[in-house]
Amino acid sequence: MVEEEGFRRYVAHIILWIGIAIVAFPVYIAFVASTQDNALIANGQMSLLPGGHFFEVYYQTIFVGTSGSTREPVGNMMLNSLVMALLIAVGKIAISIISAYAIVYFRFPFRMPIFWIIFITLMLPVEVRIYPTYKIVADLHMLDSYAGLSLPLIASATATLLFRQFFMTVPDELLEASRIDGAGPLRFFWDTLLPLSRTNMAALFVILFILGWNQYLWPLLITTRDDMQTIQVGIRKMITTTDALTEWPIVMATAVLAMLPPVFVVVVMQKLFVRGLVETEK
Amino acid sequence: MANVTLRNVRKTYPGGFEAIKGVNVDVGDGQFCVLVGPSGCGKSTLLRMVAGLETVTGGEIDIGGRIVNQIEPADRDIAMVFQNYALYPHMSVFNNMAYGLRNRGMKEAEVKSRVDEAARVLELTSMLERKPRQLSGGQRQRVAMGRAIVRQPKVFLFDEPLSNLDAKLRIAMRVEIRKLQRRLNTTSIYVTHDQLEAMTLADVLVVMNGGQVEQVGNPLAIYEKPATTFVASFIGAPPMNLMSIRADEIKSQLGSTNAGILGIRPEDFVITDQTPAGGVTLPLTVEAIERVGAETFVYGTRAQDEQRIAANPGELPPGEVIVRIPGSEAPPIGEKIRVAATRQKLHLFSGDGRTRIEA
Amino acid sequence: MQKQAIFQSRLLPYALVAPQLAIVLIFFYWPALQAVIQSFLLQDAFGLSTTFVWFENYIELFKDVAYFEAIVRTFFFSFAIAVSSLSFALLLAVMADKPLRGSMLYRTLLIWPYAVAPPVVGVLWIFMLHPSLGVLSRYLRNMGIDWNPLLDGDQAAALIILAAAWKQISYNFLFFLAGLQAIPKSVFEAAAIDGARPMRRFWTVTFPLLSPTIFFLLVVNIVYAFFDTFGIIDTMTRGGPGTSTVTLVYKVYSDGLLGGNLGSSAAQSVILMVMVIVLTGIQFRFVERKVTY
Repeated sequence: MVEEEGFRRYVAHIILWIGIAIVAFPVYIAFVASTQDNALIANGQMSLLPGGHFFEVYYQTIFVGTSGSTREPVGNMMLNSLVMALLIAVGKIAISIISAYAIVYFRFPFRMPIFWIIFITLMLPVEVRIYPTYKIVADLHMLDSYAGLSLPLIASATATLLFRQFFMTVPDELLEASRIDGAGPLRFFWDTLLPLSRTNMAALFVILFILGWNQYLWPLLITTRDDMQTIQVGIRKMITTTDALTEWPIVMATAVLAMLPPVFVVVVMQKLFVRGLVETEK
Repeated sequence: MANVTLRNVRKTYPGGFEAIKGVNVDVGDGQFCVLVGPSGCGKSTLLRMVAGLETVTGGEIDIGGRIVNQIEPADRDIAMVFQNYALYPHMSVFNNMAYGLRNRGMKEAEVKSRVDEAARVLELTSMLERKPRQLSGGQRQRVAMGRAIVRQPKVFLFDEPLSNLDAKLRIAMRVEIRKLQRRLNTTSIYVTHDQLEAMTLADVLVVMNGGQVEQVGNPLAIYEKPATTFVASFIGAPPMNLMSIRADEIKSQLGSTNAGILGIRPEDFVITDQTPAGGVTLPLTVEAIERVGAETFVYGTRAQDEQRIAANPGELPPGEVIVRIPGSEAPPIGEKIRVAATRQKLHLFSGDGRTRIEA
Repeated sequence: MQKQAIFQSRLLPYALVAPQLAIVLIFFYWPALQAVIQSFLLQDAFGLSTTFVWFENYIELFKDVAYFEAIVRTFFFSFAIAVSSLSFALLLAVMADKPLRGSMLYRTLLIWPYAVAPPVVGVLWIFMLHPSLGVLSRYLRNMGIDWNPLLDGDQAAALIILAAAWKQISYNFLFFLAGLQAIPKSVFEAAAIDGARPMRRFWTVTFPLLSPTIFFLLVVNIVYAFFDTFGIIDTMTRGGPGTSTVTLVYKVYSDGLLGGNLGSSAAQSVILMVMVIVLTGIQFRFVERKVTY
């Protein structure tokens, strides 16, 4: 790297801090709003410093909910979101790793057609087939259920491709050594391949958890009962069309709560997150 | 304890490529057999067929009196050391060695005593709890060996086990493998492309080329009487000098009229003006000198150039001759010298290089 | 594509692929097929009878000015979001790639918005720029701008683009930084010795070497703008005012759910599918090129 003199370095620091400010400002405002009185906000008199209503607002948000629009405790919404995100992440990893294992480590009739059937799903997000999917989930009586929330979002090839790619890099000799050591296919999978895939699984889990937590359109369609709402859907329903009735501190507290888990995951598991993001996009 | 017999073993891949074209080898009980040859000659494929990692498409493989063609690798009572060691990266050294024993349902006490014993022999006792990535190359290699010996199999199979080590360590491990094998007295088959490794390790040396066995035998016997020009140029470094007998200078000296190939090892030449009786003398121009201390290699070209000779590995450019002389005294570059070899040191081959002609 | 070392088993591989295959067939292929079939059908107003109408739904769509506008709008949004977010992210990445103290901290502080969900992004920005109570709207009004995105379509569009671009900064930043770090540092040193000043180094060395990353991100950002902006739009403007922020995905949603016009919605889905396949195709072509590079 070419060392630069002081002046240019200062400019770089300044630009980065401006970037950070731009990135952080909306969230700061949300936090500030979540600690203030609604009447003040509605008048357009909101202060840019945190107010004194922190505990009161967050208590109401988590355990009671808005008094007007949804009336559903956000704590419950978060639980729904958590269950959905976990089901999507774990489910996708589980079905993907075993199908990738079959495709890489076995030769069987229709292997390539099956691979292509799975592979093609990579191209089409749920948004483009939303109503027919809705109808099937409805026909299967899975509306307002965790299965209905998660199963259609598990149907995608990214994780399968990722594991396939990883398995291809595992040296053949490990399988051969296992065979000589008397391990069959299931034992090799469990004793060797699964432990070796740990980092990949963790990285994938981080990404899938975030994507699952942040799902919006699909839960919006298939949840009709308030107690099955996810937090992303709930926050939208809190904003009423007649502005006067929107309880902004609670909306903003919900926004903060909705951001907390995924942002926490990104910051704490940054290495896995970066790895997962880069690898799933390859 | 077992002998391994390969009877007309063949391997043809689905695409029609014939990797092994009918190999017959008999490795006696407790013998150390080395398969040597250039890359692509089929030696690794053959070893993997013995292991059961490749299917056999023709012939029979017999381990200890049992035809194993259809038997799973785990049930052949063999153990294998891989080129890249194939250690389980997530398991400790202990577990790497114990894995195969546990899979066979061995009692934990017995597993422990076997692993501890192997670790003691291989000086790995202090490293049993480490993971493979915390070990040096040589230590990993020893773990791979340990994984093989704890099994107490009938046959050890080695697939170029030393090729990932640096030169010094390779020599040390070579000696250790040989000592270990002598002590355990287990039948072993060892694949390498390094002729020095092959010479020093083998009881039985099998030289392979193009999916076929070129020659089988005691290493020194092969060195002294190579059966083909391929073996002649592959075994021994620097390689044997091969010359066409069509060259008039040689033909007249040998008194031979047959077309053929003459081979002389670099160390069998002497720089002299005299022609030994029945021997051969060559006029050379010195092109280059390599001094390595105890000996010196003189690279010379012959006055008369001629066609190439059928030989692959270590092949010399046409007309170039290597002479190996003791000490560091050497003629200056550009000087014209004469080198001679006696009758006993000459190797004669048919024109296609496939047959040795005994004079 | 396949290993040399494999296991032999007749039934096990089928058992292993079965769960994924079942889910993919039920929740992916079946609905996609339904969408295609439905796009050829017309339902009467009461949903009592359906008739097969060939391409009528498609023809209707292309005759529909609103649909044409939605296409143009979607592409406009996509490019506006991609270009603004990419250029800002590139600036930050180039700065963060310098050997600065605290560069890991900068990275952490810049990547977390990736984790913020689109509807939350929408809520954050509408709150800041809300016509009556937004903290930033005050300043805009003080500057003499008649700011009301809930009534002015262009302002609404600007708001959507701003919010969507904001969310995408962190993603782009991360990939740019990875791309920059993959360039061997000796190349910069060679350019410096060859007499290139910093700005010139950027345009003649960094930028060309980064072009595969830029192209990749461009495609990803466009796909993002197609689909993930739904949550932002739905919480901020719900397509309004009028139809000034209705994108293709939003139209599929609103025509199908709110309008109940399933045939047309299905036809829109199919068109969207084709668009995504084309985009993905472009991306794969690019990946191939990267491999042969």
